[in-house]
Amino acid sequence: MDNNPILRVAAKILFAPIIVFGLYVQFHGDYGPGGGFQAGVIIAAAFILHALIFGLEAGRRLVPAWANVAMLALGVIIYGGVGVAGMALDGLFLDYNVLADDPSTGQHIGIILVEFGVGLTVTGVMLALFHAFAGFSESRFDAGGGE
Amino acid sequence: MAVFWTNILLLVLLVFILGLVIKTRRLFAVVILAGGYSLVSAAMFVNLDAVDVAFTEAAVGAGISTVLFLAAMAYLPAQEKTTRPGSAFTTIAALVICVGAGLLLVMAAIELPAIGDPNAPAQIHVAPRYLEESGSFLHIPNVVTTVLASYRGFDTFGETVVVFTAGLGVLVLLSGFTRTARSTKRDSEGEDGQ
Repeated sequence: MDNNPILRVAAKILFAPIIVFGLYVQFHGDYGPGGGFQAGVIIAAAFILHALIFGLEAGRRLVPAWANVAMLALGVIIYGGVGVAGMALDGLFLDYNVLADDPSTGQHIGIILVEFGVGLTVTGVMLALFHAFAGFSESRFDAGGGE
Repeated sequence: MAVFWTNILLLVLLVFILGLVIKTRRLFAVVILAGGYSLVSAAMFVNLDAVDVAFTEAAVGAGISTVLFLAAMAYLPAQEKTTRPGSAFTTIAALVICVGAGLLLVMAAIELPAIGDPNAPAQIHVAPRYLEESGSFLHIPNVVTTVLASYRGFDTFGETVVVFTAGLGVLVLLSGFTRTARSTKRDSEGEDGQ
């Protein structure tokens, strides 16, 4: 697919706006429809589009496998970390009211951080799934390559 | 009334797509039709004022899963295997089970409260508190986000862990992230060197 100029140009033009839209959905979830789950999928879609048009190799250069696995784990750590932070500040697990002086501000901070964690994990999982399926035949014969 | 008839139209469209999915043997067509099915369901959710669910359905169902299915399809034959039809007894038994299960579902659905009924059990428990607090006290207009990330934050944490575990499982199964895969690789390299 990497020889079709229409696809290449369209992918180059669309790549950044898709990510910007994903970030909008991610951080505007308090005010409109959206949130971490949807934003994660949209941002992953941008990288998958890139990998589909420019090849799996180029996609892996953009998001290496280690970064991908790190994203998976980091999202869950951020989410759990916000919960533990609530406990450290004399609240309950995942109690956002204590994150700031004002409970409303605390809720805003907590929700944005938690949604960010969800977004990271979902982006990571979607990318990992795509690369696992699309690169399955190579990895089966070249397991753990690059080490 | 317009909402009702739009929903009927979309439901007919869903059944039509489902019929095509069952009928067709080409896997590529089935994957694309499944994407269309998700898109029509997303339209139905918008019609029912569930924009957040519709958004997720459109992004995940019609978008990503179509791509993932296509990526996975590369390892399958292009055509679905045709199975020879079973005996008359199995056909009748399957028909009876399907109709019976369908009737049970319809009977249960009759008992459900009407859509948007303010006196439905789901609307009178904690929902009023969420609706009142979210806008005025927390200043977060989208109640879906408040419920998802704050009131039901623990559930969403569980969901995130489920997504994480699923991703990890696929990585371990398909990407050779296992110890055996690596040691096999090392062994074969050692043999090559000798």
